[in-house]
Amino acid sequence: MTIALATVDLGRRYMMNWALRNCTLEVPEGSITGLVGPNGAGKSTLLRLAAGISRPSEGSVTAFGQRANQNSTAFLNRVGYLDQDRPLYKNFRVEEMLKLGQKLNSSWDNSSATRWLVELEIPLDWKVSLLSAGQQAQVALAMCMGKRPDLLLLDEPMASLDPLARRGVKQMLLDSVTERGTTVLLSSHIVDELEEICDHLIILSKSTVQKSGTVESLLANHRVLIGPEVSARFDSVEVIASSTAGRQATLLIEGDPGPLSSEWRVLSPDLNEIVLGYLAKSSATRYRATGVRETSPDEERS
Amino acid sequence: MIEFRLDRHSGVPSYRQIIDQVRHAIRLGILRPGDQLPTVREVVRQITINPNTVHRAYRELELQGLTEGRTGSGTFVCQSLSEVPSQQPKLAGQLETWIRRAHEAGLGTEAIEALFAEAMHAQKEVE
Repeated sequence: MTIALATVDLGRRYMMNWALRNCTLEVPEGSITGLVGPNGAGKSTLLRLAAGISRPSEGSVTAFGQRANQNSTAFLNRVGYLDQDRPLYKNFRVEEMLKLGQKLNSSWDNSSATRWLVELEIPLDWKVSLLSAGQQAQVALAMCMGKRPDLLLLDEPMASLDPLARRGVKQMLLDSVTERGTTVLLSSHIVDELEEICDHLIILSKSTVQKSGTVESLLANHRVLIGPEVSARFDSVEVIASSTAGRQATLLIEGDPGPLSSEWRVLSPDLNEIVLGYLAKSSATRYRATGVRETSPDEERS
Repeated sequence: MIEFRLDRHSGVPSYRQIIDQVRHAIRLGILRPGDQLPTVREVVRQITINPNTVHRAYRELELQGLTEGRTGSGTFVCQSLSEVPSQQPKLAGQLETWIRRAHEAGLGTEAIEALFAEAMHAQKEVE
């Protein structure tokens, strides 16, 4: 497995505050990796560091073995970054933005960029300022993807989009991944949105990585246990989060609890539930299991 | 040709849903040896899904010996799952009649499924 993006003990401090710290992770080439966490968790900081726009206070970040650096043409040719603010020239017409992309990037793929926008029914002769927020987001993404980067770093690419526009954006992304094997790292605070298209997930909170892994392994390795509080002691598993209501205890665990007495119910958490558990763990907020369902024997087998 | 559907709330992993739908289609004779599966690109477009997931499902189908990938032209069904017994259409009709009667008797879908699952289970124990 080739690694597209790697960080080692990466940290970034603003004045006295660490926006990101002790961040060590790997994003495999060809994956679509979701970066999820509450506001202020450090998602944007991590993406900006990866894009070379901001410099690490400690540790390192490399893409395809090259240190993130906005002054390196070799780096810029391979990495595309979409800021949360969707930087566009508001007075340009959409077709002028495309022309600009062509002039500025040697690897520009004009036919794809144009096709995406036409498919999304964006009028190419309109000024950017006349487009809706959602359409502007789509143009910004097309600009980012048009230069055919090998690694796409997208900060909240689907925020402020209506469901239809979201679908369009997802399809643009998936198209590129299918055809070119582009690696994508995208942030969002809506887990459901990520679950649909991501194969890897990074849970970020309190300026550090709480958990990362493939979506499949996260789902397979976590369980919610519900049973009497008095016997809630498990040695072989890690308890991520727990709550009690009267004599009943609810625990989100990682690992195999083995055979349990009949007073315990074992449920499968959905991805949202797992993320909430890790966020509760990191912020000491109350944990409540909501997104769970019965474990099916079929799943146990696979 | 087959069109996939994903139930995102079923809890069944997406790649497994694809595998199951192909197996199901082969078993019912909707897909026959020589038929082509949609390309990964088409599936991605159809159901907005990560291409790696589709690749994985297709790889597993190939490992199960049900399909084969031909370089440059796509993935093809190469084996049928136990020939459809000639009795099948008749049995299907009887089942439909039974379901209609169950509905008429006031049973909901869930209750019918539970009855069916229970009967299957009991049958297994006998075997």
